[in-house]
Amino acid sequence: MTRAFTASLSLVFIVALVGFDLATSDLNPYQAPAAFALGSGAVASGGFCGALPN
Amino acid sequence: MSQAVTPDTPAAAAGGWSKRAGLLLGALVVVAMVSLFAGARYGMLLAIGLGFGIALEGMRFGFAGPWRAMILRREPSGVIAQLLSIAVVAVVAIPLLASHPGELVGAQAPVGFAMIGGAFVFGACMQIVLGCGSGTLVNAGSGNPVSLLALPFFALGSFAGAWNLIWWTDLGALPIITFGGTSGLILTLVLIALAVGLFLWRAAPGAVKLSRRHAIAALVLAALAIGNLVVAGQPWGVVYGLGLWAAKGFSVLGGELSASAFWAAAGSMERVQSSLLTDYTSLTNIGIIAGAFGVAAWRRGALSAALPGYPARAWVATVVAGFLLGYSSRLAFGCNVGAFFSGISTGSLHGWVWFVAAFCGAFYGIKLRPILGLEART
Repeated sequence: MTRAFTASLSLVFIVALVGFDLATSDLNPYQAPAAFALGSGAVASGGFCGALPN
Repeated sequence: MSQAVTPDTPAAAAGGWSKRAGLLLGALVVVAMVSLFAGARYGMLLAIGLGFGIALEGMRFGFAGPWRAMILRREPSGVIAQLLSIAVVAVVAIPLLASHPGELVGAQAPVGFAMIGGAFVFGACMQIVLGCGSGTLVNAGSGNPVSLLALPFFALGSFAGAWNLIWWTDLGALPIITFGGTSGLILTLVLIALAVGLFLWRAAPGAVKLSRRHAIAALVLAALAIGNLVVAGQPWGVVYGLGLWAAKGFSVLGGELSASAFWAAAGSMERVQSSLLTDYTSLTNIGIIAGAFGVAAWRRGALSAALPGYPARAWVATVVAGFLLGYSSRLAFGCNVGAFFSGISTGSLHGWVWFVAAFCGAFYGIKLRPILGLEART
């Protein structure tokens, strides 16, 4: 067995993850934020490893 | 008689180019699709994630390996490159955070007992599996079986660590201490210079101080990290996204997230219910795995290498260390990326404390790795 098998598994993992995500949640590009946070005037609100829950 | 196709034949060369064109086209199409169906910001973050994966795998740069090289062989090049990259980001990020409060946020978190303990455990575990936050993603994408197994347990550990985060932080923590503005930037650069001086002082005689490859990788990584901050409004992170993947799975399987103070918070619930394609760290994580896969597929022969064999205890150790990587990095408010790289470069004291604690833990991880069967014992 070669690394081609395990590397392919990682790709399958990503595809399965995104597929599962798309099946359980919706996308709405019309509610998307500005392309760049810098200069957008909007408060940053993404999840981050250093942030405590708000 | 059929002739074996070697990499040097015209047929193999043509096949190689068509494969590479396919990889580039595939990446462009996926980024365009995400931009179209989720939003331009999300498409750009996926592209930045791909850049991280390509840079880390393509230039063979990382975090766990250089720490190991410094500890075992006293080769400082990789660690100094990490600090160089952090310094470059700090020069841009700290002034931007001061001039755009609210729009941009740093990786700022409190120093506490659990934070220090978490960083120590993370430092040990990242040497056991020889993969940190970003390293596990890169290695999994390029076909490393240890990282591939560690990854799902890393995600589960991150989810569990966040679940218990409030209990752990209640053990005691300082207020968040940050180095902001011009004085904060100067202090950060002075501390980085002192750390570089310390590593140079401890370097083996004749060791390369900063290789060209490491220097280029450091600058590319810095550019991508600055791009991440400008586009997302927050620094580069890894661990939050992994925990979110597990939280979504837990929720879909009927698990009750309201039992956790962390996951029941309004912001967390909103993200669990939203698409991962609108979560910044998920997008860059996916990009890192895919980018590393792309580089491995691009390189001739990289994926044809035989998988190494390990004893059973090595696989058990990988599962346990993978889980602990996720759990401990939540208590430590980040991994080598979110706490060390992004914490220091955005002026957070916890990034420095994380660095010291994790580096101490790395000494023990290096000792444990051969005992656990992950390398030949010397």
